Formats: sequence, structure tokens, C-alpha cells
Amino acid sequence: MKELKLMKGNEAIAEAAIRCGVDGYFGYPITPQSEIMETLMLNKPWETTGMVVLQAESEVASINMLYGGAGCGKKVMTTSSSPGVSLMQEGLSYLAGAELPCVVVNVVRGGPGLGTIQPAQSDYFQAVKGGGHGDYKLIVLAPASVQEMADFVELSFDLAFKYRNPAMILSDGVIGQMMEKVEFDAYKPRWTNEEIVKNYPWVTQGKKGRERNVITSVELDPEKHEALNQKLWAKYKEIEKTEVRYETIQCEDAEYIFVAYGASARICEKAIEVAREKGIKVGMVRPITLYPFPTKVIRDFGNQVKGVLSVEMSSGQLVEDVRLAINGKVPVEHFGRSGGIIHSPSEVVEALENFFIKE
Amino acid sequence: MTEVEKVIISPENLVYSKPSVLTDNVMHYCPGCSHGTIHKLIAEVIDEMGIQEETIGVTPVGCSVFAYNYIDVDWQEAAHGRAPALATAIKRLLPEKYVFSYQGDGDLAAIGTGEAIHACNRGENIVMVFVNNGIYGMTGGQMAPTTLPGMPSSTCPAGRDAGRDGHPIRITEIMAQLPGTSFVTRQAVHTAAAVRKTKKALKKAFENQTAGKGTSFIEVVSTCNSGWKMTPVKANEWMEEHMFAYYPLGDVKDL
Ligand SMILES: Cc1ncc(C[n+]2csc(CCOP(=O)(O)OP(=O)(O)O)c2C)c(N)n1
Repeated sequence: MKELKLMKGNEAIAEAAIRCGVDGYFGYPITPQSEIMETLMLNKPWETTGMVVLQAESEVASINMLYGGAGCGKKVMTTSSSPGVSLMQEGLSYLAGAELPCVVVNVVRGGPGLGTIQPAQSDYFQAVKGGGHGDYKLIVLAPASVQEMADFVELSFDLAFKYRNPAMILSDGVIGQMMEKVEFDAYKPRWTNEEIVKNYPWVTQGKKGRERNVITSVELDPEKHEALNQKLWAKYKEIEKTEVRYETIQCEDAEYIFVAYGASARICEKAIEVAREKGIKVGMVRPITLYPFPTKVIRDFGNQVKGVLSVEMSSGQLVEDVRLAINGKVPVEHFGRSGGIIHSPSEVVEALENFFIKE
Repeated sequence: MTEVEKVIISPENLVYSKPSVLTDNVMHYCPGCSHGTIHKLIAEVIDEMGIQEETIGVTPVGCSVFAYNYIDVDWQEAAHGRAPALATAIKRLLPEKYVFSYQGDGDLAAIGTGEAIHACNRGENIVMVFVNNGIYGMTGGQMAPTTLPGMPSSTCPAGRDAGRDGHPIRITEIMAQLPGTSFVTRQAVHTAAAVRKTKKALKKAFENQTAGKGTSFIEVVSTCNSGWKMTPVKANEWMEEHMFAYYPLGDVKDL
């Protein structure tokens, strides 16, 4: 039974978490995403689904609580915003190294430093290039609507458990704070301990009837450690082959394309309208997974279009992956405001004209 | 085994045997190190309580990072200082299981002070074992938050200067002040009598978990003869004379 609601993106994350059977939420308040824990605390899911909700003493603690919970095969998640996610990087590296599934939501605000509480998209590198130490990747999903905020919670858990890898929802202050209608699926029960132990034999729930399990990321034997890294890389190759998700909008006749995710993708949708009214044939590739990145689809547009504009509320991070994809075939430029300023559709069109059309 | 040995080690002569929860792996600890004895005591308690299949341990970063090779229960290995955060989540998500963390003084009282204090303050229903050897063993003998004034280490070769380096921290007394803890004690394992007392304390701590009493915090004042650059015997003497003066043994809180 579907249910239709009007909510903020942040509230949708909380509602979706309860409905898809999340076992534990651990978090620390930070703007612009505190509504997530507040919504959970108001809903008291521990009285209904049995979900544990705990306000930790820091983001360092919350990410390590995720490690503990994930090691038991529980569906655990945390949410934060940029400075808090910086504090989680060591923990994320350990989670990736120990091959633990979990979901981390980053409702991005402007940085560096304490920066601003206003929206930004300047944590792209941190999310898709590792962020912490060592060779690892997070599976990164970028919602562009309140509906996707809700839907990506369960999708992230599915992917995290399928690959035994942390997943991140890279959102931003716009998507987190804006209200839209959102449709929810019926409540799904949480997994029982019996189900977890049966489906995920690596978990630590007590060594009943088997050898002891150890969740760890340390391996001092060079041969074994290299083998561990090779195993991770084989997994990432598989993810890159299987899990790329994107959307193309008005690309059929496009002479130019925008590449944008999250709030910028929403703005670019309007920018396409504005540009087409002026006779400029522009479309958009919207990466839904930022890792794995839709490299191939963007590369193929190199044979069709005259220029590519990467649009992101940052000084230009996404643009580097777009350039790698296009590989010099056609010019690739970046446009984006920062400091919490959200670019307008007409600014985006003006940038497109300045870069590629006006001589 | 020779014939003579077989007779000597016959069942009727056995007064002691290794706890079945302790594995046969050769420990990597230096001769004279306290970690091995503390591992054995934990294994004995788990054995006697019959909770091997219900127990999840959390190892730290430090010399005891590989404790999972020696105590035959499920384990998770934490980032440096974060064991209490892991243990918190494990216990909250699996409240019917027994959960314990095991940490050194650098791990618990320096980099992980926040996680340790807040786990105790929330009264997480877990056992926290804190091995205080006054030094960073694993990284080669650097100063710890617990290093005594005047005590040399590789990062205070002329001895700890409290004016420059700060004072050694008595974390156990801090934990005792927190309303979440029910049992807070400081023990040692340098003599047979001390070993028996530590065992009793560990047993009580695990039993407190059955009773849902909140956090049990057990400090074990220990030697690190390699880091201290002393023979095991000398290290024990030095500990009795200096460490026990600053870190007095006994129960600090027992509700
Ligand atoms: C974030 C981080 N910082 C530093 C280290 C290096 N390191 C490993 S163990 C350790 C200290 C361990 O000392 P202690 O906790 O007293 O345990 P012991 O080895 O003496 O048993 C340090 C500083 C690390 N692994 N991770």
C-alpha cells in the first residue's frame, strides 16, 4: 500500500529508514540535516519497528557505531553534513577495509572549514575519490528530489549489502530542506537475527556452531594484504560494470550537454527550457550514481555535441570526471556558484553561451 | 611426551588446565607482558559462565590488536580509540549478547577518551577492560597519557616533565564519578593473589552484564618490560613501587 506525503528531503530520509527496516541510526546534530534525527526521535521507531536511535557524542563516534552495528549484519545508518562527514573519513576507510555495509548521508553545506550552513556541492571529491586513507571506494548516490531522498535509502542498503561496502547518499542543503510530495512503500519488517546469520555468515553475533568470525581491516602479511586490496578492486570493477545509474534529458538532438547532479540537476532542467526557448539545443546527463560514474555515456556524447558544461555548486570538482570521460574530444567547462549561493537557470544558460556560443 | 611426562601429566595429577576458550595460537606478546595473563582470565570467565557462543569482543589498536587470535569468540577490530563506540552499537543492537571492549592506555585514555567517557556516561551495559602499562607498547615505547612523572619514554627520554607534558591521567577515578558505571575497579596481574582478584573482578563485570547493571570498568595496571626497558622481574618491582603509588589498586565503585 503506497502512501503519499508532503515532506522535506531530510524528513523523507528518516521516514524511509523506518519503513525499509533499518536497525540502527547513530548521529550527531549539524545543520542543514538535523531534521533527520529529530524526525526519528519524534517517530519513536524503537516502539514500533524496534529500530535503535542514538545521539552519539560526535561524528567520530557515530561512524564507529556504524562499524560495530554493521559487523553484526545490522542495517545501520548515519547522517551528517560536510564538517561532520570530514570527521567520519577514518571510520569510512575502516568500514571499507573490513568490507562492512552501511549507509552514510551527507547533506552538503559550503566549506572549507566551518564554511556556511547554506547548501553546496563541494564534497564531491571527498565522496567519490575515497576521502579517507587507502585504496577504497564508496558507492555514491546523488538524489535530485525528495522522492529520491526516500527511495535511495533502501537502494543504498541493497547495494551496500550486495557488495559488502559502505554506501553514501550525497545530497545537499537544497534537496534536504525543500518540500515535495513523496510516495512511500508499505513498512517492511526488519531482518531477524536468524535471517541475518543465515544470509550473511560473516557477521559477529556469537560463534554458535561455527569458527569464530573476526571483523577487521588489519593484515600485516604483504602477500595477504595485497590479495585483500586486489579483492576490493575486483569488487569495484564489478560495481563499475553493473551499477552505473543515470538519466538523460533532451539529449536526442542536443548540440551541448550539461552534466549535473542533485540540486544543480534540478536547476539545469529549467535551464534547458530557457536555452531551448532561445534556440540553443541543450540536454543533460544526470549521474545518479557518482561512483560508479557514468563515464561511458558521457564519453559517447563526445561524438555528438560541441561542448559540455559541468554544473555544480562548487569551484569545479565534478568537472574533472567529466573531462576524463570526454577525454579531450570536445571542450568541457565548469560553472557553479558557491558560498551558499544557488545558481539561477539564466546564469547557467549565460555561462553556456559565454563558453561555447558567443565568439 | 616421554613416559615420565605422561605419568606426571595424568588426569589425576592435573590441578590446572588451559581454558577451552583460549586458542592454541602462540601469543605475539613479549615475555613478561601482562596482556597474555589478562587474555587468559577473560577466557576463563567466558568458559566458566558458558557464554562463548554469546560473546562479542572488540579489540583496540595497540599491542592487543590481535587478541582475536587468542580468545575464541567473535571479534571486531576497532580503529584507534573507538572500541567503546563499536561495543555500544553491538550491545544496543544485540542486547541479549555479552559484549566487552579491550583497550590500552593510549587507546582509551588519549585518542579515545571521548568514546570511553561517553560509553560509561550512557551506562552502556558492557564490560570495558583497560590495560594501563604506562606507555605506548605497540609503536615502540612513546609517552602515554598514563606515563608517570620522571618516567622515561622514547618521546620523553629524560622522563616525563609534568610542566611540559601534562600529568598522568587517572581515568578510572573519572569513570567512577559517572552515573552510568556500576562497577569500577583497578587491579593487577603481577602475583598469583593479584591474578585471582582480577579474575574475580572480571567475573563480576560479566555477571553485571547479565543483571543489566550498566558499565563495568576494569583497569589492570600492567608492565611493559620491553617499553620500560627492564627485565620482567624488575618491571614488576618498579610497578609495585611507582605505578601502584599513583594508581592505587582496589574497587573504586561497586553498586
Ligand atoms: C589514528 C591513529 N593514530 C596513531 C596510531 C599509531 N598507534 C598504534 S598503537 C598506538 C598506541 C598504543 O598504545 P596503548 O593503547 O597504550 O596500547 P599498548 O600497545 O601499550 O598495549 C599508536 C599511537 C594509529 N594506529 N592510528
